[in-house]
Amino acid sequence: MNAIAAPHRQIRLSRRIVSITGWALSGLCLATLSVLMVWILSVVFVRGVGALNFTVLTTVTQGSGGGLLNAIEGTLVLSGAALLLAVPFGVAAGIYSAEYRFSAWAVAIRFLADVLVGVPSIVIGYFGYVALVQWLGWNFSLAAGAISLAIISLPYICRTTELALRQVSNDLRDAAYSLGANERRVIFGGCLPAALPSILTGVLLALAVSVGETAPLLYTAGWSNFMWDGHLTHSPIGYLTYAIWTFINEPFASANELAYAAALLVTGFVLVINILARFVLERRRIRR
Amino acid sequence: MKFRVWLAIVAGILPLALIAIVVFLAIYSWPAMHFNGFGFVARDTWRLGNLYANPVTVRGTLVPRGATYGILFLIVGTLLSTAIALLIALPLGIGAAIFLAEVVPDALRTWISFFVELLMAIPSVVFGLWGYVVVIPFLGQHLYPMLAHTVGRVIPIFGEPSGSGYGLLTAGVVLSLMVVPIIAATLRDALVSQPSSLREAALGLGATRFEALWKVMLPGTRKTLIGATFLALGRALGETMAVLMVSGNALNILPHRIYDPISTMAAFIVSQLDSALQDPTGLAVRSLAEIAFVLALISIIVNALARLLLLVWNSNQRSVMV
Repeated sequence: MNAIAAPHRQIRLSRRIVSITGWALSGLCLATLSVLMVWILSVVFVRGVGALNFTVLTTVTQGSGGGLLNAIEGTLVLSGAALLLAVPFGVAAGIYSAEYRFSAWAVAIRFLADVLVGVPSIVIGYFGYVALVQWLGWNFSLAAGAISLAIISLPYICRTTELALRQVSNDLRDAAYSLGANERRVIFGGCLPAALPSILTGVLLALAVSVGETAPLLYTAGWSNFMWDGHLTHSPIGYLTYAIWTFINEPFASANELAYAAALLVTGFVLVINILARFVLERRRIRR
Repeated sequence: MKFRVWLAIVAGILPLALIAIVVFLAIYSWPAMHFNGFGFVARDTWRLGNLYANPVTVRGTLVPRGATYGILFLIVGTLLSTAIALLIALPLGIGAAIFLAEVVPDALRTWISFFVELLMAIPSVVFGLWGYVVVIPFLGQHLYPMLAHTVGRVIPIFGEPSGSGYGLLTAGVVLSLMVVPIIAATLRDALVSQPSSLREAALGLGATRFEALWKVMLPGTRKTLIGATFLALGRALGETMAVLMVSGNALNILPHRIYDPISTMAAFIVSQLDSALQDPTGLAVRSLAEIAFVLALISIIVNALARLLLLVWNSNQRSVMV
């Protein structure tokens, strides 16, 4: 009896050990990721809160100190301008690839949008430098920076618009057509309003991406210690991510403080948008 | 019908942007391609030449005396840092996805996944800041010397000297964190959407829950995992700011140990443009454009492959979008 049961029992024990080790290791992986996430966030928030004060928010950069008002304004202007440029084209591309999803052009747009998401941001930035800053002669400027950011936002807006429209029920389209509406009325009067919250969420996420970008702006927007002077071309403009990258490398404590403050502002903004977007999407999912 | 044509044209800006990027970089870097030839990717010397002497004409191109442009060290740095990033990110992402899909209860899963996947939303430059301020001192002063003392005795590439903390391994570690959410999120979705009859059948045959997962559920997601790995590969290849801040920005040297400084194609474009602008012939700036062009081609190929794989294999599941 024992001679038969013993090996059987051994196999079961080893299998149990493998199973427990497997679950433990997978749990460890998740724990590692969570700990690293907390570590990054705590570094950014602890150091950032220590560096952030009223002066930083209300004065412009002076040498390696001062404030970040110019950079805050620059980031908002650059990202805002990029959205203004990207939203009409991105939404149009999204509408086309959702409403005419079986046409060859729609398939191509979807595929190229996915490819464009993967093009490194520095490549888009260098394209901006070569084409806009040098060839068109705009120098470092709002226009060059905003167009580079807009190219980066385009595929995000396109894909989220497309996914949002796909979730609109076909009954709505049928009803609109049967009432005699043409294609334009069906899309703009029926489908778009129904998908609007999801599309806006996608636009917000694209805004978060723009605010966090550095590489495409370094050689298109340049940097400026002053507030934006209202010119579209021939005048460089500051932005927060530049402050993070440059000021952390400087030997002065005042500069490092600015970098931490900028990192807190950028990360905080990006996280708030992402959390908001998640709540909106989650609520819509549950309601359905 | 008119509306549809009008919409198609406005929508065409997106494909046009991608084509414009490739065509513009190709045209702009054409003189550099002509001068550099195919040796561009095989030489490991990037030298701007004498910028103050009169330029000379070589192979029909006006260049600074002694200028050579080769990016082998960048290609090696890019490939090695990406490989290390994937080697770390794959097990970490697979493990996290398994735990999220199989152990964490449904009610918590959404929010824990969301928290971990927020890593994807953190800007590259913030990863760089974190790497520069806390990770490099920690790795360079504590972990790497220890690693060199222990593992380094057995495996030479881990041996002394363990360096300053800036280098290949640090770049790989930081990169791995930036790509791991792609793998974890995609695989978790794939695991959750596997039919539960698969698990029930495995359990009925006497498998433990882990065996059911490891031998039945996980192999079923193999294709999704390959697609996600390609996406992660594409992201790691083109990552700029974080790598720029932790890689040590090596010039013209190939790494011999895992701690050695490297540079990648993306980071090099940022770190070298200022000096390239000093070149009166403009060939250095055009050679940087050639790097951008090569990088664009690589990332387009990798991403197109990933999307095609996911598209063909997952055509019956919901589309994966990262």
